[in-house]
Amino acid sequence: MGLLNKKICLITGAGKGIGKKTAERFAQEGAVVYITDRSEREINAAAEKISKNYCAKVIPLVFDITDDLEAKKAIQRIKKESGRLDVLVNNAGIMRDNVIGMIGKQLMADVFDVNVFAVINMIQLANKLMSRQKSGSIINISSIVGLEGAAGQLVYAASKGAVASLTKAASKELSPNGIRVNAVAPGLINTGLLQAIGDTKIVDNLKNVRMGRLGEPMDVANVILFLASDLSAYVTGEIIGIDGEAQV
Amino acid sequence: MNNLEKYDKVFKEVLEVSEDQLKGLKYQDIEAWDSVGHMGLISALEDAFDIMMDTDDIIDLSSYEKGMEILAKDDYGVEF
Repeated sequence: MGLLNKKICLITGAGKGIGKKTAERFAQEGAVVYITDRSEREINAAAEKISKNYCAKVIPLVFDITDDLEAKKAIQRIKKESGRLDVLVNNAGIMRDNVIGMIGKQLMADVFDVNVFAVINMIQLANKLMSRQKSGSIINISSIVGLEGAAGQLVYAASKGAVASLTKAASKELSPNGIRVNAVAPGLINTGLLQAIGDTKIVDNLKNVRMGRLGEPMDVANVILFLASDLSAYVTGEIIGIDGEAQV
Repeated sequence: MNNLEKYDKVFKEVLEVSEDQLKGLKYQDIEAWDSVGHMGLISALEDAFDIMMDTDDIIDLSSYEKGMEILAKDDYGVEF
């Protein structure tokens, strides 16, 4: 029997990268997995592949995580179809930045809309189901950059720092209801988001990783799985670094 | 039970008030209707009427009367 046998799980931004790998891992462990993304092509392809590979029930939901109405409809659908929600992984996020002096209001609004406000909204929606169950696990994605800062990444760092603190606040508020809220803080992980910064910068940054390698999406997915499962039944309010001893 | 009776039942049970306390009752008028009590009230209304309320409406539900006005909106379609 898998670690998430028959658990109803929702993973946002699961069309690629960490979200997709997490969906695979969850499916492998027996979960029913709802996965969301803005890209219909990516999410449908992910759902089809994961369903087939793991003989699992993987349901794609296409919507922009900042659309409050669509997010509510998604939770209503999960309630109607599955009757409960056991795990929420707030994975959807964007990385956009500029140097101090060139940070415009729109950039700040765009990053905070996805990385912070949508996360808060999803926690509120998930709580509607989890509080009735008196159980649930919410996992947010912070970042090493959110905890330590990084030159040239003020806005992204601020948004992921916000995720760390809202995780702790939500844990304090929801744990009396049996709902655990934790976050992971990945370092340099080999995804499209990292590849976008270019090979030279990646090689340069790798010099600051004591384990000497990039992390893989599976490295993050495995920790998320731990936090989703009953193996972490007494763990809440934690921010777990997954960075191979990186310094930023 | 009609919708008004259902609505009143929720208020009376969650906020532990009697029938004659309902009219004019407002958020924070009584100890039981604090923010924690409010979320309990919302949860009970959502269950009673099988709806999911938007955050703005949850915030705006500031009185017994306002609640009926909100639930009667097209979004929720509760007829009183």
